[in-house]
Amino acid sequence: MDIVSLIAAKANYWTYVILLMVGLYAMVAKNNLVKKIVGMVIFQTAVILFYVSIGYKKGGTLPIIMHGHDHGHGVDSFIKAADYINPLPHVLMLTAIVVGVATLGVALALAIKVYQEYGTLEEDEIRKQIELKG
Amino acid sequence: MKILGTITILLCGGLLIFFTSDFPDFGDPKSPASIHLSPYFIEHTLEDTAVPNIVTSVLADYRSYDTMFETTVILTAGLACFLLLRIPTKEVTRRYYLHEPTGVTLRFDGDRYPKGSNVFKRIDSNWVPYDIIINFTCRLLIHFIQIFALYVVAHGHYSPGGGFQGGVVIGASIILFAISSNLRASIKRLGEKAAAIFTATGVFIYAGTGALCMVIGEHFLNYSFLAPLLGTDRIMARSHGIFIVEIGVAVAVMAVMIWIYYNLSSAGKQDEGL
Amino acid sequence: MTFFDGDSSLISNLPAIVVTLPLFASLIAGFLGWKNRKAPYPIAAVALFLTFISSVVLMIQVMSTGVAIEYRMAGWAAPVGIVYVIDHLSALVILLITSIAFVNFIANKSNIDTVFRNKAGAFNSLYLLFTAGLLGMTATGDAFNLYVLMEIASLSGYALIGLGSNRAPLSTLNYLFLGTIGATFYLLGVGYIYIATGSLNMADIASIMPKILDSSMILFAFIICMVGLLIKMAIFPLHGWLPNAYSESANVAAGLIAPLTTKVTIYIMIRICLTLFTPQYTFDYLNTSDLMVWLAIGTIIFGSLSALAQKDYKRMLTYIIIAEVGYMVGGFFLGNRIGVSGAILHIVNDAAMTLALFMAAGIFMWKTGEESQESLKGMFAKMPFTMAGFTVAALSVVGVPPTCGFFSKWYLISGGIAAGQYFFVAALIFSSLVNAILFFRIFEIAHFEPFKDHHHHSSNHSNKGEEASAHDTHEQTIKEAPLGMLIPFMAVSILLVVLGLYSGQIVNNIINFAIPSSIL
Repeated sequence: MDIVSLIAAKANYWTYVILLMVGLYAMVAKNNLVKKIVGMVIFQTAVILFYVSIGYKKGGTLPIIMHGHDHGHGVDSFIKAADYINPLPHVLMLTAIVVGVATLGVALALAIKVYQEYGTLEEDEIRKQIELKG
Repeated sequence: MKILGTITILLCGGLLIFFTSDFPDFGDPKSPASIHLSPYFIEHTLEDTAVPNIVTSVLADYRSYDTMFETTVILTAGLACFLLLRIPTKEVTRRYYLHEPTGVTLRFDGDRYPKGSNVFKRIDSNWVPYDIIINFTCRLLIHFIQIFALYVVAHGHYSPGGGFQGGVVIGASIILFAISSNLRASIKRLGEKAAAIFTATGVFIYAGTGALCMVIGEHFLNYSFLAPLLGTDRIMARSHGIFIVEIGVAVAVMAVMIWIYYNLSSAGKQDEGL
Repeated sequence: MTFFDGDSSLISNLPAIVVTLPLFASLIAGFLGWKNRKAPYPIAAVALFLTFISSVVLMIQVMSTGVAIEYRMAGWAAPVGIVYVIDHLSALVILLITSIAFVNFIANKSNIDTVFRNKAGAFNSLYLLFTAGLLGMTATGDAFNLYVLMEIASLSGYALIGLGSNRAPLSTLNYLFLGTIGATFYLLGVGYIYIATGSLNMADIASIMPKILDSSMILFAFIICMVGLLIKMAIFPLHGWLPNAYSESANVAAGLIAPLTTKVTIYIMIRICLTLFTPQYTFDYLNTSDLMVWLAIGTIIFGSLSALAQKDYKRMLTYIIIAEVGYMVGGFFLGNRIGVSGAILHIVNDAAMTLALFMAAGIFMWKTGEESQESLKGMFAKMPFTMAGFTVAALSVVGVPPTCGFFSKWYLISGGIAAGQYFFVAALIFSSLVNAILFFRIFEIAHFEPFKDHHHHSSNHSNKGEEASAHDTHEQTIKEAPLGMLIPFMAVSILLVVLGLYSGQIVNNIINFAIPSSIL
């Protein structure tokens, strides 16, 4: 396989890996809690890119049946699965997006609570305060 | 920590990229994901549910149970933000008022506020004057955004869209209003209690439809048993059932976006904020 | 029995009812919470009780028919739609979840009233949603549906834990980060399974598995699903979030989440390994046993040693939980019938023991207002019934017959010997000894030390509970916990012995059917 078609075949998956690792790095190595939360969102978004990439089919169009507005009577024979991209990953990712938003909301709420308690969002400063309090 | 993190991440990333070599090519129509299950959805959506948008039919019918819990997840998030952050507004004692004839700003501690006064106007502590252009533009836009949102909800059967997307757009329009004027003006129009009750109602519409199907039929969320109630055949009953639950999703998502925004932007005080 | 025969549609819909009942109740409780602060509690209690009853009926149904119940959500059959599969294993875990959620809820009424005063509606809703999430995770036969329900349980868990002591939000935020990484890894694993098989239904994937055993995508899916679940169950190098999150939360939240979260995650691991990846792949093809058992040994040793170093009672319990996770993971990956039986039996027993210990913690907190072990001085004289129950729970954790802890440990040790994993056996015995030291240390403090010292010791703390306790010590009389706390606690302690006496029946009649026949 030559290099161009290799890149075309795998570029999406490589991008998702890079995004995933960017997010994971931010969550592991960053000191600021909000940066960690941003990392978490990137991390989740990478998985969404991965799923949506699975769903793509060459030569397929949006998963909405063309000329399907007469409620399905007499159009069945025209529908070929190869004409439409795979709808299932899109459905799953709609759910995953909502889960991501929900997690983000709760994470921000907790970050606000942490800020109210310590007056800072930097982890090392918080740790210092905890050590001082014993 | 940083070095350890970097090494771990490089290793993980290398491993992940190595494993992609075995993947089917991007867009390969012969990959297992494209030939095992998904052709059923594409080929049968019209005869099963009479909904041309396959994403909608899978989302709200074949995998409707997932979507019910998706709605529940955001209800959970709304409740979680409320439980973690909310403090009663009564406990917030410091407020700022603008004396409009003179433009003097006064700070009040305790609860001796000039209630019902014509000359004093409540302002935020980080209040900035002269936001008339933003305010006016947003007021103009919000109606169109909301009408578009209703279109997205209602047209989810035939075009990209549906309850979740439409609900988010309505929620965003109200958040835009809160940003362009202020939080109190928004809370006056759609209070926290209303937002919470709307959220629960949205989930209730969804789960209640499911339970109704179970009571008169045999499976949870099997809309075809609603046919006698809706006065249509079993296939169209599925289409209508999808529409009902999409409305539930839209209401829940709209309300929970607003509810979470109220709590996050004011750190739970809901007195002033962005 | 007219109820069973008369309304057959109710019975046939039980798998859906058992999950949606808490969901509906949480909506109603949230609704009414805005009007009336007192209304949500009874609604939630009744709903949890009804859920418990339905799970009992489910269990009876599964045991009497002997076949798994399949329930089609929205009427669509397996690979197309989402199905719930209630077999012996999931029925057992469902029964466990509903009973623990109910008992803990009843026992902690006063704790709910004091900690969540103004937010009773939201709290009760989240408690029910957490229960619903766990029940759904247990019942579902769909890999993606499992993820959604896992997130419901996690998010409500974060909220319940986050409202504890002053440090709770920070430790909960760390828990949230790790929990999200774990759940997202699991989701990624499901994506890899989907790309290799094109299916999301566990049974359907299992039927495709023999054809793709050597696929690297499946290998990676297995690895990343396992890593995700191991983070969520807090196994040794990935345990960091657990001790802080559990020990700093309110009692009612800890009493619900500590017994259930890790155990249900272990159940999910067993479910994924047996039903989704098939035992053939997990044990024979990959030969994961050795690696995982060593991980378990590390967890047991680490958890036990760390527990030994703790001064605070609740923190000690959290490290015991970590050690017990090692028991179950190790027992399962021994890969023989006895070991797997022991792991499943230990899920039940350990959940009950942890519940009893956290309920005891709740009673001690109510009595003394502080969490250090020192504060337990003279407890045997002051609270004889509580301490009797506590003794039973402690002996069960140590593994003394006839309490249930002995029997599951017996199975685990026999399984370890049968598999030739002698280090695992040694780790189990070591951990039992450490547990014995831990609890006899507490017995000593609570029994032998004179309790007039107590006032002196706690006088340098200055919280409200301490004043009450100082008052108690002056009187030197027996003053038990209120009956609302004591009766559920005593019931759980008795249950620990009952579970022990009937463990043979549980293994023969339930767990035997839960393990696929290919595991010998």
